[in-house]
Amino acid sequence: MNAATTLSQSERQVGFGLAIALAVLGLVMAAGAKQGAMAVHGAMAMMLGMYLVFYIGGSFYQPEPNADRVNQYYDAPTRFGVTMTLIWAMIGMTAGVWVAALMYWPEATPAVPWTSYGRLRPVHTTGVIFGFGGNALIATSFYVLQRTSRARLADSISPWFILIGFNLFCAWAVTGYVMGSTQSKEYAEAEWYADLWLVVVWVTYFALYIRTLARRHEPHIYVANWYYMAFILVVAMLHIVNNLALPVSFGAAKSFTIWAGVQDAMIQWWYGHNAVAFFLTAGFLGMLYYFLPVRSGRPIWSYRLSIISFWGIVFFYIWVGSHHLHYTALPYWTQTLGMTFSVMLLVPSWASAGNAIATLNGAWHKVRDDATLRFMFVAAVFYGLSTFEGSFLAIRPVNSLSHYTDWTVGHVHSGTLGWVAMIIFGAIYTLVPQISGREEMAWPHAIEWHFWLAVGGTLIYVIALWNAGITQGLMWRAYDDHGALSYSFMESVQAMAPYYLLRTIGGAMFLIGAVICALNCRATYRLAPMSTEVSDRPLNPQPAE
Amino acid sequence: MLRLHYNLEKLSMGMVAAIIVAASIGGIVEIAPLFKIDETVTIPDDMRPHTPLELAGREIYIREGCYACHSQMVRSLADELDRYGPYSLAAESAYDHPMLWGSKRTGPDLARLGEKYSDAWHSAHLINPRDVVPASIMPSYPWLEQSLDTRLLSAQLGTLARLGVPYSSEMVEAAVADAQAQSRPDSDGVDAVLERYGEDVAVRAFDGDPSRLTEMDALVAYLQSLGTLTNAAYEILAEGETE
Repeated sequence: MNAATTLSQSERQVGFGLAIALAVLGLVMAAGAKQGAMAVHGAMAMMLGMYLVFYIGGSFYQPEPNADRVNQYYDAPTRFGVTMTLIWAMIGMTAGVWVAALMYWPEATPAVPWTSYGRLRPVHTTGVIFGFGGNALIATSFYVLQRTSRARLADSISPWFILIGFNLFCAWAVTGYVMGSTQSKEYAEAEWYADLWLVVVWVTYFALYIRTLARRHEPHIYVANWYYMAFILVVAMLHIVNNLALPVSFGAAKSFTIWAGVQDAMIQWWYGHNAVAFFLTAGFLGMLYYFLPVRSGRPIWSYRLSIISFWGIVFFYIWVGSHHLHYTALPYWTQTLGMTFSVMLLVPSWASAGNAIATLNGAWHKVRDDATLRFMFVAAVFYGLSTFEGSFLAIRPVNSLSHYTDWTVGHVHSGTLGWVAMIIFGAIYTLVPQISGREEMAWPHAIEWHFWLAVGGTLIYVIALWNAGITQGLMWRAYDDHGALSYSFMESVQAMAPYYLLRTIGGAMFLIGAVICALNCRATYRLAPMSTEVSDRPLNPQPAE
Repeated sequence: MLRLHYNLEKLSMGMVAAIIVAASIGGIVEIAPLFKIDETVTIPDDMRPHTPLELAGREIYIREGCYACHSQMVRSLADELDRYGPYSLAAESAYDHPMLWGSKRTGPDLARLGEKYSDAWHSAHLINPRDVVPASIMPSYPWLEQSLDTRLLSAQLGTLARLGVPYSSEMVEAAVADAQAQSRPDSDGVDAVLERYGEDVAVRAFDGDPSRLTEMDALVAYLQSLGTLTNAAYEILAEGETE
C-alpha cells in the first residue's frame, strides 16, 4: 500500500513540494562540495528526494482517503517508524557483533578502510542508539501521544517529515563514518551539516508534540508524555551545545568543535551522560509508563512516586556527567559534584523501577504467561540493576578501578540490552498487532524464542564483561613484592580473549532475537486486519481541515 | 506540592518551562566556572601547538577512530604514573579541538607515547601490529601508505586560529610547505619549521621515505609528538618529588 494514500490531495501536494525541496537541497550540497563525504551525502539526499517525488506523485490519481479518518488515530507513521526501528536494529547490532568479533579475531574484516574497527564502531553506536532507539522513541511517541490525549496528530505531513528526516540524519552519520568523516565526539560523531539538519527535524518534532497536546481531550497530560517531552527538549539542548562547531569550509564535511581541552571534556560528558539520561532513559520511561499498564491491565501503582521520580531524574541527571572524568585534569570539586549527584540519582531511578514492578502486582500470572509483558518486566528489573551499578561505578574509588575497562562497556550494555531494547520489544509486540488490526502477533511462539534469546544473550554479555573489566582493572594496578608493576599491558589484553569471545556470542544471540522480531512484525503487517477496535479512537473528533 | 503539580500537569507550556529550568541548573553550575578557570590556569611558556604535519596526523587518528580504544589522559593514580608517566595537565590539551581524552583502554594510554618507540617501529606496527607485537588485537592500517591529502590543511590551521589556537597568519599560509619540510630533513624549509614551531620539533622522514609525503608520515609525526608539546607535566612531578 502506498502510504501517501493516507494523505489528502492537498497534503500530497505539500509532500510533493517538500520532496522537490529535498532533492534540490541535495543537489546544492553535492555541487557545492564536489567531492568527499559531503558530496556523497548531497547525492543521497537528492536521490531520496527524487524517490519521494515519484512515490508521492504516484498517489496523485489515487482516491482521497476516507473522510472518517479524522475520527481515527494516524498510525501510518508509527508503522513506518517501527519498520525503520527494526531495520536499524539489524544494521546496528550486526555492526556490534562484527566489532565484538574483531576484538577476538582482529583480521576478520577486509583490509580496506571502510570496514576497519574504528570506523565500524560508531556505526554500531549510532545505529543502535539513534537508528534503533531513536526510531522506536519517535514511532511510539506518536502512538502514545494520540492515545493519552484522545486526539489525532495535529497534522499529517510533519510526522513523515520527522521520521524521514531523522532517518536521513542516521544514514548520513553512519555512511560518513565508514568514509572517515567524524567529529570524534562520542555519540555525537556526525558532522556539522547533519547536526544542523537534525535541529530542523527536532524543532518540527517538538512543534508537532505541543500542537497535538493542545488538542487533547484529557485535562491532564499523562506521565508518559512528561518523559517524552523531557526527552525532546533536553536532547535538543544537549545536541546544540555539544555540537557547536566551525566548519573549515562550507564545501567540506570537516569542522572543528568550538570547545577545547578540559571544557570540551566536560561538555562532551555532560552531553554523553545525558544522552544516556534523556535519550536512553527518559524517552523509554515514557514508553514504559504507557505500555506496561496497558499490557498488564493494571494502573500505575503510585501517582506520587511518578512525580517524584520524574523531577528527580530531570534535575539530578544533568549533574552527573563529570563522573566520567574522575582523577583527570577536570577540577576536583566538579568531579565530586558529579559523584554526589550520581549517588543521589539512585533514589528517583529506583522509584521508577519500583513503581513499574509494583504496577505488576495482581498481574503476575500474566508475566508468567505473556512473553510480551515479560519483556517489560525484565526491562524494569534491568533498569533497576543498571542504575544501581551506575551509581556504584560513579563513586570515585570504584571508578579508579572500573574506568577505561570493559566493566563500563558491560554496564552500558546491561542498560541498553537489558532495559532499553527489552522495553522497545515489549512496546513493539504490543502496538504492532494493534495497528495491524489483529489480536496478536502472527507467530506468538516466536516471541518466547526471542525473549529467551534476548535474556540469555544479555546475561552472557554482561557477566563476561564484568569479569573482563574487573580483571583488567586489577591487573593494571597490581604490584609485585619489589614494588614493580606485575603485568605488562599486553598481558592484560591477552587475559581478555575468553571474555571477548563470550561477549560476541551473547551479542549474536541478541541479534538473532532481533531478526526473529523483525520477521514476526513483517508477517503481522502482511495479515489482513480483522476489525478496528471501536474504543481505540479520538474523543470528540474535530471537523476535517 | 501535589496540588501544585496537579495543576502544572494541565499546562503543556508550564511543563516545558519547568523541564528546561530543572535540566539547566546542573549544567550551568558545572560548566560555567570552567571558562573562568581557563583565564586563571596559565598555559606553560614552552607550550606549542601541533605542527601542520602533526595536525594532519591527528585528523587521521580521528578519522580511523583510534580514540575508541586509546585514551590520552593519565589519571593521578600511582599505577598510572608508573606505567605511563606524569599525570596529564589541563593545559596540555588546551589547544585540542576536540580533546581526545578517550573513555576506554582496549589498548594502552597514549598521552606520553611521544619518542618512546622509533619511527620504524610505529610504521611497522601500524601496517600490521602483529608483526611487532604478536598477541596484539589492534587493526592493521595498510592504507596509511597513501599520499597525504593537504588541500584543506591551510584552511584547517586558519579555522583553529579563529578558535583561539596560537597559529599566526604566517603559519596558516605556510602550512602545506611546513608539512612537506617536516618530513624531509634535507630540504630548505626545515629552518622555517623550527623557527615557527620551536627547536624541539622532530624533523624526520617518519615513514622512512623522504621523497613522498604520506599519511604514515603525518600519523607517526603526531604519535611522536604526544606528551612533548610542553615539559610542564614532568616539571610539576619533579617539584613534587623534591619537596
